Amino acid sequence: MADGAVAASDVGATEFALRERRDTGALHRAIFIGLAGLLLVAPFLAYPVFLMKVLCFALFALAFNLLLGYGGLLSFGHAAYFGMASYVSAYTAKHWGMTPELAILLGVAVAALLGTAFGALAIRRQGIYFAMITLALAQMVYFFSLQTPRFTGGEDGIQAVPRGKLFGLLSLADDRILYYVVAAIFFGGLLLIYRIIHSPFGQVCKAIRDNEPRAISLGYRANQYKLAVFVLSASLAGLAGATKAIVFQLASLTDVHWTMSGEVVLMTLVGGMGTVFGPIAGALVIVAMQNYLAHLGAWVTIIQGVIFVVCVLVFREGIVGVIAKRVKQPL
Amino acid sequence: MTTILGVPTAALFGQLLLGLINGSFYAILSLGLAVIFGLLNIINFTHGAQYMMGAFVAWMLLNWAGLGYWWALLIAPIAVGITGVILERNLISQLASNDKIRSLLFVISAILTFLLCYVGIGWSEGTSLAAALLVGAVFGAVWAHVARERISTAEGHVDHLYGLLLTFGLALIIQGLFRNAYGSSGLPYQIPRELTGGQNFGFMFMPNYRGWVVVASLVVCLATWFVIEKTRLGAYLRAATENPTLTQAFGINVPRLVTITYGFGVGLAALAGVLAAPIYSVNPNMGADLIIVVFAVVVIGGMGSILGSIVTGFGLGLIEGLTKVFYPEASSTVIFIIMAIVLLIKPAGLFGRAA
Repeated sequence: MADGAVAASDVGATEFALRERRDTGALHRAIFIGLAGLLLVAPFLAYPVFLMKVLCFALFALAFNLLLGYGGLLSFGHAAYFGMASYVSAYTAKHWGMTPELAILLGVAVAALLGTAFGALAIRRQGIYFAMITLALAQMVYFFSLQTPRFTGGEDGIQAVPRGKLFGLLSLADDRILYYVVAAIFFGGLLLIYRIIHSPFGQVCKAIRDNEPRAISLGYRANQYKLAVFVLSASLAGLAGATKAIVFQLASLTDVHWTMSGEVVLMTLVGGMGTVFGPIAGALVIVAMQNYLAHLGAWVTIIQGVIFVVCVLVFREGIVGVIAKRVKQPL
Repeated sequence: MTTILGVPTAALFGQLLLGLINGSFYAILSLGLAVIFGLLNIINFTHGAQYMMGAFVAWMLLNWAGLGYWWALLIAPIAVGITGVILERNLISQLASNDKIRSLLFVISAILTFLLCYVGIGWSEGTSLAAALLVGAVFGAVWAHVARERISTAEGHVDHLYGLLLTFGLALIIQGLFRNAYGSSGLPYQIPRELTGGQNFGFMFMPNYRGWVVVASLVVCLATWFVIEKTRLGAYLRAATENPTLTQAFGINVPRLVTITYGFGVGLAALAGVLAAPIYSVNPNMGADLIIVVFAVVVIGGMGSILGSIVTGFGLGLIEGLTKVFYPEASSTVIFIIMAIVLLIKPAGLFGRAA
């Protein structure tokens, strides 16, 4: 679709572009295969619970990046979908005895509904207002969670959530088995996001991001595309949150607080906004930092603030963005 | 006892007064945000942290220097305003510049100074932070002087996304440092002697200090309105908001105006912090949640008009107070719900101009 604009006289350039795209495709395929291999052997190299935490946050950051990097919309309230989905999956798994896959699906469904409502409101304004509206709406969800202890457990959160049996058959009590389930969810999410980005729908989203009036003049209903990408992003963030609740057997106020929204922005910024694989690298770096510096207590927040400042000032491409510039291929 | 709709009047008016006080903080803070946004095109996420800093400076003045409330009212906005000016000069304004060395130099020298003072000498977080900012500012200024030939401050506005992220990072740093130093429980700050006691109006009892906060906030808001709308400086400011390039061409130093504006907006936040100190305890987290409500206030009112932000701020405070009386469960979410309704009916905000 994007090639439609290329003039007939530019055949040479078109061929060149096609070859380059084939190269990029091959590179991405290689990265996917490498990543899959890494996911398979990782639990033998590192602590599975740590890996699952990284994967959940990586999926969260990937979902956020779908909205920011490809939709051009900075949501400062993604914790709402992440946290609400984690509450729903924890609640249904614990109190209704749902199997984990159903609990997670219900969490995703609630996140999608919430995303539809909030997205429809937020896309009525643009730019800086969009960020403020999403943040304010997410804060509303936080207060709601704080005030409905019968559902969320208030300050205590929902604790001791059973991991249950997948499809009622496979017990997830063992960390390593659960790890492979989480890895499968993560990889599925990654493939889905990759597919969305490279679909005609994703191309239109990028066009709207780069120049909304032009996309509208070409006949695209920009608001419908924005809402769709918002809902997709919220649902995938919900998938990450719901999975996290099952993994850690806990859903708490931390998951819906604005600091969580800030963390996912930071992961995406560090890894590389608008790159396919950047959020994974960013999540790995930030989660590892939180883990290894946990003994420093409140200093972790301060260090995160410093990383924010330094990244915005001199490192806007992020880790993967810098690598992509080096190899001259979009990653 | 007289009642209105089944609610005792004393409770009703007490909550309304509290709502009016919250509203005055909303008004001052959203006013500062709007003034800063107009000229810098960034949303100052640090605003909540700077409000908190104002309250802490008041507490420090009292406990370390023995200077009371009235001195704090004067000194705290200036002190916090100066830190704002340093941050604006070295970091925020550098977002649009082609020269990254100044901000890097500032960040590195500030971090090193902080570590030296905090770990090396063993000063407290607050003192170390002040020293770090000063040393960073000196390095930044020296570099700006050395390299002034090479630096061309880019024209046009900063990408708002990066402005938001930068100030968010700064807010994390400031709040984290204060939380480290003073914990999350909050410190007491006495009401000044002149304003203790209260008036009994028969239908309600009004503590003097609360009345003072409402009056003082109104005066501050109206004075700001007067400066911006009626003075020569305000005319420059409005001109630079409208078209910075053209204003600069008329010989007005726009970068300096931007710095002054940021310092002024930050000073307003600190002033609100001092006013709040005796009512709420002085707490590192006091600004974090407040600023998000203020964002909602700004979305409801729109940032186009000064008087609009003042009216919206006080009005929403009153509505919040009323909600506390009649349906307390919704009192913390009512402003967000109003925001959603306003977005549905008038997306540009009550006083906003359509984009």
